[in-house]
Amino acid sequence: MNSWSWSVVQEFMPRFWDGVIITLEALALGTLIAFTLGLFWALAQRSSVRWIRVPVVAFTEFVRNTPLLVQLFFLFYVVPEWGPSMSALTTGIVGLGLHYSTYTAEVYRAGIDGVPAGQWEAATALNLPRVHTWRAVILPQAIRRVVPALGNYVVAMLKDSPMIAVIGALDMLGEARAFSNETFTSEALTVVGVAFILIAYPASLLMRYLERRLVH
Amino acid sequence: MMTSEFFESWFLPGIWITIQVTVYSAVLAAVVSFTVGTLRTSQFWIVRFLAGIYFEIFRGTSALVFMFWMAFAVPLLFGVQFLPMGAGVLALGLTYGAYGSEIVRGALAAVAPAQREAGIALNFTRMQRLRRIELPQAWPEMVPPFNNLLIELLKGTALVSVITVADMTFSGNLLRLATNASAPIYTLLLVLYFVLAFVLTRGMRVLERQAKAGIGQTPPSSGLFSGLRSKSTDTAVTGGVK
Amino acid sequence: MSTDQNPSVPGSKDGTELIRFDRVTKRFGSNTVLDNLDFTVAPGKHVTLIGPSGSGKTTILRLLMTLIRPDEGTIRVDGDCLTHEDKGGVLHPAGEKHIREVRKKIGMVFQQFNLFPNMKVLRNITEAPVHVLGMSKDEAEERARELLELVGLTEHIDKYPTQLSGGQQQRVAIARALAMRPQVLLLDEVTSALDPELVAGVLDVLRDIAHSTDITMLCVTHEMNFARDISDDVLMFDQGKVIESGSPEKIFNDPENERTREFLSAIL
Repeated sequence: MNSWSWSVVQEFMPRFWDGVIITLEALALGTLIAFTLGLFWALAQRSSVRWIRVPVVAFTEFVRNTPLLVQLFFLFYVVPEWGPSMSALTTGIVGLGLHYSTYTAEVYRAGIDGVPAGQWEAATALNLPRVHTWRAVILPQAIRRVVPALGNYVVAMLKDSPMIAVIGALDMLGEARAFSNETFTSEALTVVGVAFILIAYPASLLMRYLERRLVH
Repeated sequence: MMTSEFFESWFLPGIWITIQVTVYSAVLAAVVSFTVGTLRTSQFWIVRFLAGIYFEIFRGTSALVFMFWMAFAVPLLFGVQFLPMGAGVLALGLTYGAYGSEIVRGALAAVAPAQREAGIALNFTRMQRLRRIELPQAWPEMVPPFNNLLIELLKGTALVSVITVADMTFSGNLLRLATNASAPIYTLLLVLYFVLAFVLTRGMRVLERQAKAGIGQTPPSSGLFSGLRSKSTDTAVTGGVK
Repeated sequence: MSTDQNPSVPGSKDGTELIRFDRVTKRFGSNTVLDNLDFTVAPGKHVTLIGPSGSGKTTILRLLMTLIRPDEGTIRVDGDCLTHEDKGGVLHPAGEKHIREVRKKIGMVFQQFNLFPNMKVLRNITEAPVHVLGMSKDEAEERARELLELVGLTEHIDKYPTQLSGGQQQRVAIARALAMRPQVLLLDEVTSALDPELVAGVLDVLRDIAHSTDITMLCVTHEMNFARDISDDVLMFDQGKVIESGSPEKIFNDPENERTREFLSAIL
């Protein structure tokens, strides 16, 4: 190591914690959007109305197969031309949530497909209303099964969250870049890199634990 | 709107750079996937353990942070300076290789134990069994999740633009600064990525058909457009459980 | 052929025994599958192991093929110990290299065929001779063609295993095992996974081999007519021990042991 200074690390720490809070905030709100919007997509993709189903499938396929980074640029630079102007952080949260909602939609879809056909038939036999069947019979069974898969996407979202720094949000990476540029040092990047591994590892252990508990 | 001159001098080369970065990092990721994935099935616990550490570390790594670190921290820390494209390819190859190693490990684990026994009964060595029996049989199982991972990797290449590699995202940003016409630029960019992903998927479908034919199976041919992703339970991107 | 008697006879290359189990015990968890088992097989003999399922017959074949290792005791094939190797007068558990040397003498046909699905029929047969025995490709292919003729599958040489019926796959598996020129052929319930109408074809091939070669066969089967046809000796197993042995005539027509009688009357 040619140049490593613990005092630089120490100097960075207050801003590091600011960044952690922003990262976690983006992650929490992004997750909220991804989970709810994804369920909405999943239900719309099963719609019997063609002009709902087809555009939703096309839209989610498109979003899922194009880079989040470019989508963030789109939201940040294009949307304000005709829509609301959002801060970098808000744009980041919307971008993360929207991008990952197309993944969670697939997860929900698999979960719903996994509910045995007999459950639908039983609900029909009991003459349950359709909305009630979804709410009380199908979704509870489907969601329990997909919790670990959803959780894995939260971890994936965590690792993608530094992209919001590129449009100027001051998350962990944003703080590290700003600090490094001001001080001409590089320790902050190392600290943030290690911090991601330290957060992601226990999180994925937790998901594996949930997988064993809930799925099998 | 963008001028054709600008388009030709920046955007077209940018597409070419994106393709290059994709190919190079896919090759590196494939090498890492097979090496680490195979080592994770080793009979020696210490080998399994070390390969497992690689997997856990890089699965927890944010590709973008790692890329920044390679480009800006490594030169200061170790006195090694990568070309920007080198740093980007290394960061992408090493992280996506970790996800890929899970695909390889899982597919190897799914080869029927009876096949191993047949290999023993014919007196093959461990390496021969791996090379001639287990890997060839695991291969068709790997192709669909590798397809998904390859699309993730293609999307990941956009990250190299932030360490000044002049890929198509980088060109798009330059173009926005020059012309301020952000709507057509970013729309075009997204469409281009989608088209590339589509082309990759068609290529991987061909590969999948060949792989299946190579073990005497004939997969049903899918329609021209049946979604870009393989309906695989393997969530390679998340390094998912399963 | 001797069973359950005088285990102190030294294992030797005197030509009277090819396989020798000495006080072999195998447990799976708390379940003792083989209990202090002694038995020998003379060269060229065809021995059938019968008995209720779970009596340890298949375990014997798997031990001989070194797919599993015994917990106690030694196994010798042609005088060489499968389980241990002699390093300067001291016995050590056998290493991979030693095991591969002894394993050359043994071939096995599995219940589920276990053909390699990624290789066509010809390559299934030539792969091991070329890469394990170091045979030239031409020689291995010529030999494979002869063997395919023997099992009556010449026209399927260029197909993948999944394109064959179970009976055809099993005949390829027999050819594949024979291509390694083993001294001992282990047959592990080779017809159990087949549809009834395909059984005869496989058994005919094995009868042919039994009568036309001097290969030693160790066979686990529920096909009693087949056992009667090809066996020199029949061993009746129960609970990890040989409870009766003798010629097929004696075992099938006039068993002494009560358990043997019960078993035979239940399946015949």
